[in-house]
Amino acid sequence: MTALLRAEAITKRFGPTLALDALDLEIGQGEFFALLGGSGSGKSTLLRIIAGFETPDSGRLLLDGTDIAATPPWARPVNMMFQSYALFPHMSVADNVAYGLRRAGAPKAEAASRIATALAMVGLSGFERRRPHELSGGQKQRVALARSLVMRPRLLLLDEPLGALDAGLRERTGFELRALQRETGAAFVMVTHDQEEALALADRVALLDGGRIAQVGPPREIYERPASRFVARFLGAANVLEGRAAQDRFDCPDAGITCAGAIPADTVAIALRPERIRIAAAGEGPNTARGIVQDVAFRGDDSLVLVDLGGGTTLRVAHPEEGGPPPARGAAVTLAWEAADVVPLAS
Amino acid sequence: MRNRLAVLLPAWAWLLIFVAAPAGILGAIALAEADPGVPPFRLAWSTAGFAMLVADDYYLGAFLTALRVAATTAGLCLAIAYPMAMGIARARPDRRVLLLALLMLPFWTGFLLRVGAWIGLLRDEGWINGLLQGLGITDAPLPMLYTEGAMLVGMVHAYLPFAVLPLFAALLRLDPTLLEAAADLGARPAIAFLTVTLPATAPAAAAAFLLVFIPAAGEFVIPELMGPSEANLVGRVLWQEFFQNRDWPVAAALAVALLVLLLVPIRLFQRLEARP
Repeated sequence: MTALLRAEAITKRFGPTLALDALDLEIGQGEFFALLGGSGSGKSTLLRIIAGFETPDSGRLLLDGTDIAATPPWARPVNMMFQSYALFPHMSVADNVAYGLRRAGAPKAEAASRIATALAMVGLSGFERRRPHELSGGQKQRVALARSLVMRPRLLLLDEPLGALDAGLRERTGFELRALQRETGAAFVMVTHDQEEALALADRVALLDGGRIAQVGPPREIYERPASRFVARFLGAANVLEGRAAQDRFDCPDAGITCAGAIPADTVAIALRPERIRIAAAGEGPNTARGIVQDVAFRGDDSLVLVDLGGGTTLRVAHPEEGGPPPARGAAVTLAWEAADVVPLAS
Repeated sequence: MRNRLAVLLPAWAWLLIFVAAPAGILGAIALAEADPGVPPFRLAWSTAGFAMLVADDYYLGAFLTALRVAATTAGLCLAIAYPMAMGIARARPDRRVLLLALLMLPFWTGFLLRVGAWIGLLRDEGWINGLLQGLGITDAPLPMLYTEGAMLVGMVHAYLPFAVLPLFAALLRLDPTLLEAAADLGARPAIAFLTVTLPATAPAAAAAFLLVFIPAAGEFVIPELMGPSEANLVGRVLWQEFFQNRDWPVAAALAVALLVLLLVPIRLFQRLEARP
């Protein structure tokens, strides 16, 4: 993978707040990359620095090996789709899409054909003369996308691209974004607070926390092998159990359970995914637990079962539909999991 | 229903006493015949006053001069108000209040006092000429007062806040991400202003222009005190007809004609205001 964009020790402060803390990041040619994090994690600041709306206090931002940290936004070969779409309200759809081409001084005939291609790409041919206020939310988003894509950027920034869409449209738009990304060959960098969105769309995900990268990697890797308690909790709300590492096992005295497996000595907690825990008929020893069903929530393809282990510990268990009806509230159950599903966390 | 009447009654009374009645009296005088007695007219049904306005180029010239000076004033106000309003709209919210207060501050002093201050600055023995001569830059005083320039300075100073306030409100509503989007698509700040800020705030700019233009078209004090003697604006001519020539029917006809003429921009302004 050749790096298209490389951030080196990017630091940004807003008054007393440290928004980005010596952050390093590499984004490859034609990659779909997601910056995932909660509010205040620094993901939006990073996106705005890449777009040129903010200047880092220190560090370098290399695009194809050239430092662009001080280049103003209008001179960067990077385009952005804004969360609010930021369509020019006084211009037609065609004029919105033409805006960047006009600034670049593209010849009229070429501009016209590129605008037509871009609008066809997002399925909005025939909407050229509409004004933004005559469009639905989804259509506005497509215009914003066409307006960025018509510039043929090598790097397209997307700020919460699905954030303002309703549930039905999100899935479809997500697939369309991926198709567009493959078609154009541009690198897409998306900011989102929604872990499902990040895992579903991106080739690689960087999870940000407090202006630093908590973990970066392909979705499956960071989902299945979270590096820290924070990552485990953020991605799909795994069960995180505190305890002490011993030889090939991990003891959780509060929950009264012991996990056996390949546990490194520096492990401070373990993560257990809800869907990896089975409700077993009986069992004892390591990698099992007993508890009382506190509550059951039906979720369609599975039921979320909260099991109280005592000692203030509750495990979230995903009980699949094909496993028969879930246990009733108040029932005593035995839980079991495989040693391989125990994820040791070093921090 | 009765409550509604009670609420509206003072407003209607106010309109009747201070708008309808004077307008009626003005109309009656405009249609009266001039008379050397007291009052200097005799009620009649004469269109001589209006006929005079049409017959004598002097009055048409007064209207055209007034419209030209008002348009120039409004244009200058707009040019100065845009950067001011942008500055205030972009300031930190707590500083914004201070800047708006500073903008309104001149209104707390008397209007005539402000005109007097300008006269003190601009006249031949005034501060500016005193300074220029004292520094040896000029030998003789530069004639500044009683020029069209002085008159425009006075008018722009008097009406500037009327232009700044609507522009400020519109710029505050303007989504700043629109300017970021423009920059992202390759527009330098000046281009972004011309292609995004200006068109998006055009209705407010038109409103600002009219808010200055309408009162400026009838302005009489500033041309009288600061303008050249030959600047016969309609407001000034009106004053002369009333108080020097004591030809009340012609003066009243002038006032009615000015009112009718200004109804056009007032109506335009209302339509702009009514837009969503």
